[in-house]
Amino acid sequence: MSKFLTASIGRKFIMSVSGLFLMVFIAVHLGINLLLIFDDSGDLFNQGAHFMATNPLIKVMEPVLGLGFIVHILWSFMLEYQNWKARPVKYAKKNMSGASSWASRNMLVLGGLVLVFLIIHILDFFVKMKFTGHHLLEEVVVKGVHMENAYALVSTAFIQSTALGIFYIIGGILLGVHLSHGFWSSFQTLGLNNKHWLKRWQVIGQVYAVVVALGFAIIPLYFMFGLNN
Amino acid sequence: MADKILKQLKIKVWRQKNAKSKGRFETYTIENISTGSSFLEMMDILNNDLIEKGIDPIAFDHDCREGICGTCSLYINGRPHGPDTEVTTCQLHMRKFKDGETIIIEPWRARAFPVIKDLVVDRSAFEKILQAGGFVSVNTGGVPDANAIPVSREDAEESMDAAACIGCGACVAACKNSSAMLFVSAKVSHLAKLPQGKVEADTRAMSMVAKMDELGFGGCTNTRACEAECPKSISIMNIARLNREYLKARLSR
Repeated sequence: MSKFLTASIGRKFIMSVSGLFLMVFIAVHLGINLLLIFDDSGDLFNQGAHFMATNPLIKVMEPVLGLGFIVHILWSFMLEYQNWKARPVKYAKKNMSGASSWASRNMLVLGGLVLVFLIIHILDFFVKMKFTGHHLLEEVVVKGVHMENAYALVSTAFIQSTALGIFYIIGGILLGVHLSHGFWSSFQTLGLNNKHWLKRWQVIGQVYAVVVALGFAIIPLYFMFGLNN
Repeated sequence: MADKILKQLKIKVWRQKNAKSKGRFETYTIENISTGSSFLEMMDILNNDLIEKGIDPIAFDHDCREGICGTCSLYINGRPHGPDTEVTTCQLHMRKFKDGETIIIEPWRARAFPVIKDLVVDRSAFEKILQAGGFVSVNTGGVPDANAIPVSREDAEESMDAAACIGCGACVAACKNSSAMLFVSAKVSHLAKLPQGKVEADTRAMSMVAKMDELGFGGCTNTRACEAECPKSISIMNIARLNREYLKARLSR
């Protein structure tokens, strides 16, 4: 097994599986977040957030998700270092734009920027909701259930700061570009690809990437333009 | 119709005395090159000039000069085999260049392909990968009847498409990771698609990938640059097949 983890295809397998796992998480996360703009009273989003915070299955998956992020990030650095070492003398002139997509050549850069976004994002909302608390999070009652007012925290943040909104829009777009290569690439690495499926995976991947980028960008825009009133 | 003449070209080329020495770029000027001549003919003319001037001619690999042996290489203006698709350097013509242009020529760059002299690199790493598993062990004897082993047309075609690989190394040169996955996958695929190759299917993918890693090639990140620059248009679907063969063999033991 240790041989598998250090072999080039083994390492790629780890990247692929952790990537697919994170993509499932992103889909769930986006689904819950979109409740922000579908109910201006905030009840729907608060119920969604409360469910995610209390459901036993989600609670079990939370550390697994953290591990998924850590593995995906660590392995990416290991892989890129190995790949960088494979060409000790670089080319003086490269003309790669015709042969490969920009996203595919810059997955580490894109992933790194998404990581910066992720850290700030976690400090912004996750830490406040989970650990430190915040005065905006004071209890609300939805259908007789007491819960934190996560809606107030998020909506107020975007209404108050345009800069924060722009930061989140850029984060969503970067993630979308990262996924535009990552999605089909995962299936290719697992060997689940052939001449018929290549186009299908790529189309599904592009649609998924656009939905993620637009979905996450539309939420701050909604509040920045005051559409919640 | 007579071919146009390129009045003057600047050739910026990598010069390196031997494997141990530190190389550098040198720029030479060459005049009156017919657009109908091949890139290697231009190199021959340049070398002739250099010899007359008492300069050591530029070493570069070449053999058949008809695109089937895989010997010629050269990273020209940022692309393996130069600014054309589905050709080797010997099939590249000077009509792809403009008068007065500076042409930058570099050797393949990869840890596994060390430079021996000027533009010549040692590609024996590919031989080592083949020796690790790119063969079938069969009892020799009389030639079996052609119809004794049924092979579907589609399998035969895909196998032949993979077998078109001439082992030139453009995939490694084109890849941002210097990965040899397209080469290895072609060599695994052309055997994996045929019944004769099934016998060693398990060990083949594992041994060849292990050798590839050991020799210092990078890993595949699916940028598809190899496929785009391959003179024989070997498909990355072979890489998917190699991944499949490898994972199947690895996870079953």
